[in-house]
Amino acid sequence: MMTFDQILFYALAVIAVLSAIMVITRRNPVHSALFLITTLFCVAGIYLQLHAEFLAAVQVIVYVGGIMVLFLFVIMLVNLETLSQERRFNRQWHIAILVSVVLLVEFGTIIWRGKAALQLPANQPLMDTLTTNNSEQLGVVLYQQYMLPFEIASFLLLVAIIGAVILAKRRLSSDGK
Amino acid sequence: MFNQYFQPNDILIIYPELLLALFAMGVMIIDLFLDRAWKVLNAFTALVGIAYAAYALYRLKSNALNLSGYNHAILNDSFAIYFQFVFLIATALVILISARYLSIEGENRGDYYALILLSLIGMNFMVMGIDLITLYIALELMAVSEYILVGYLRTNRQSNEAAMKFFLLGAFSSGILLYGISLLYGISGSTDLRVIAQRLAERPSHDPIALVAVVTLTAGLLFKIGGVPFHQWLPDAYEGAPSTITTFISVAPKAASFALILRIFIVGLKPLETSWVPVLSVVCVLTMTLGNITAISQSNIKRLLAYSSIAHAGYLLLGLIAGNEYGITGIAIYFLVYAFMNIGIWTLVVAMRRKDLIGDQIQDMAGMIYKNPGAAVLMLVFLLSLAGIPPTAGFIGKYYLFASVIQTHHYVLAVIAVLNAAISLYYYFRVVVVMFMSEKTDEEKMTLSPGVLTSLAVTLVFTLLIGIYPEPFIRFAQNSLSLFQ
Amino acid sequence: MPRNYIPILIFITLAFLFPIVTLAILRWVRPSVPHKAKLSPYECGVDPVYQPRERYTVRYYIVAILFVVFDVETVFLFPWAIRYDVLGLFGLMEMLVFLGILIVGFVWLWKQGALEWV
Repeated sequence: MMTFDQILFYALAVIAVLSAIMVITRRNPVHSALFLITTLFCVAGIYLQLHAEFLAAVQVIVYVGGIMVLFLFVIMLVNLETLSQERRFNRQWHIAILVSVVLLVEFGTIIWRGKAALQLPANQPLMDTLTTNNSEQLGVVLYQQYMLPFEIASFLLLVAIIGAVILAKRRLSSDGK
Repeated sequence: MFNQYFQPNDILIIYPELLLALFAMGVMIIDLFLDRAWKVLNAFTALVGIAYAAYALYRLKSNALNLSGYNHAILNDSFAIYFQFVFLIATALVILISARYLSIEGENRGDYYALILLSLIGMNFMVMGIDLITLYIALELMAVSEYILVGYLRTNRQSNEAAMKFFLLGAFSSGILLYGISLLYGISGSTDLRVIAQRLAERPSHDPIALVAVVTLTAGLLFKIGGVPFHQWLPDAYEGAPSTITTFISVAPKAASFALILRIFIVGLKPLETSWVPVLSVVCVLTMTLGNITAISQSNIKRLLAYSSIAHAGYLLLGLIAGNEYGITGIAIYFLVYAFMNIGIWTLVVAMRRKDLIGDQIQDMAGMIYKNPGAAVLMLVFLLSLAGIPPTAGFIGKYYLFASVIQTHHYVLAVIAVLNAAISLYYYFRVVVVMFMSEKTDEEKMTLSPGVLTSLAVTLVFTLLIGIYPEPFIRFAQNSLSLFQ
Repeated sequence: MPRNYIPILIFITLAFLFPIVTLAILRWVRPSVPHKAKLSPYECGVDPVYQPRERYTVRYYIVAILFVVFDVETVFLFPWAIRYDVLGLFGLMEMLVFLGILIVGFVWLWKQGALEWV
């Protein structure tokens, strides 16, 4: 008998995977974008089940909120008519599916055989503390234990700013007169 | 105010990177106030930054060793410092040749140098990091800067396409790498490579989950160095990218990715050696052979050098498979040599770019000996070095790598590697034949900017010097042996 | 799943059920008289000459890209804001460094004209 948590997990996981398949098979890019939202939402749900509340919230705010807006903008920018006429997949997709299935079976069996190794009884107290005040704990870990990667992340964002501006903007004022 | 996670001298450990960061941001801001005629100042600013960082690094090297900081997120040992010197040298040489190339392409802006410096910061943290999260963020900082730089020529479709391919495949491989990282964290409960090694040693040697972690990590990391079968992006990215950026990504990020691989495999995954050595041996043979054989049929010099660079990644894997002192020294000295010879040859490709000529076909070099005898002779030296013929520097690198696998009794690998080196002679000499034996097709002479001249002089001197008098450079490269501690 | 999210789950379930149930009921009560003309954009008048879905420039998209970057920045600041008392002065300085780097980027993009409409 499955517990409520297990039922919820499988429901979210199945919906996430099915919508992900829909994302790449729909002809209309707007439909793809909507299915992508569903996938991202379900993943947020799975994060919640793992007690990663902050991550779940970020997933909804950044991905479902910010990045999806971008996707829709891009869809408006490209020519939908020609896009829907074009072939969706290139000639390699038969091989790609074959390889993916082989890989899936392989990973599946290996993880199934080694699932005993993934149980972490030693970390149970950690799980209990994580259950309460996830965001607060994250704040402390991020600003103390992982302060260096945190500061490097701001350089990553700086690079993202530069990249966005120089790739998306036709004329830049620093091109000079 | 200070806690166990941060000590005041932690700032000193990353002082070179702080300087680079300040100069990167400085270049961005100064550029906004420069007229077109003064854009060359950006290159100067960046060079001053690199020189300053190199000085700071030198001070750090002579002051103390094995500095660990930020709650053991980084370890600035002499292995890291050695590789940082290689990056600084390579980046400085690339900046020297960039200014004129960018003004021909009409994209002469400061953000180019800022991106190069930021990517350099990423690489420096990649070799210092001992914590998987730091390593991953640093890797992404390097990679994202590279994606943008590859697509830097905004009006050039080829450049855009190259950036797109590179980005999509790069993001995918990062995902696979992250999967491996998460599995490692899952079985060890820590992101510190040293702790991971301890935990892995406690587990049975053929633990299935650890095996999946090794396979996914290997796949993600091999992508970054262009190992077969994860090499398809490389020729396209190298061909489409601005030539100066190809020069950059064929040396510095490759060295950084290799240093990262060394750190992860030799420190973190050492207990699983029996499972990754066979995998890497197969990849190594495939990479060498496929790179060399495909290079034979190329007519575009950029693609030829791209496949040759794949083959070189294969030779470098020999050092990791051997995993002994000779192998690691070999990889370290090879990258120093590779920085000079590869940047030298790419500088000549960059110099062939004129207003009306892309200059990337091998045929464009026809009769080079009559038009530009100096450039043709330089090209010959760099090609000989890439082929590994004494007395050039390339020989020293290959000697160490081949000797290391013989020491560990991987005789089959050594034989295949030598055969491959022989194949590579064929296509390197094809270029030589075109330069020296064909009739010239036009009269236009190469004009070399001061930056290009400096870069050529430096690369030539070191390519010959390391080949003729290698001892001090080998002693310098042996700094990287601190990896084993 | 943390128990206090159960109401949200119930809410989402209701939100999904509502349109499904409504449409099902409507299907059952409404008369069904399908006609081709009902599907055309205008039941009377001229036929459309071209597809309504045209390419048009969305100048705002660069702002949208930059929004995502600064959105992520806020996400990084949030954990600091709620643990401000524990992190103290040192945390504040870390946050200021983080912010300072991005402010350089912001000044740069502003000067670059990335926020201008045309």
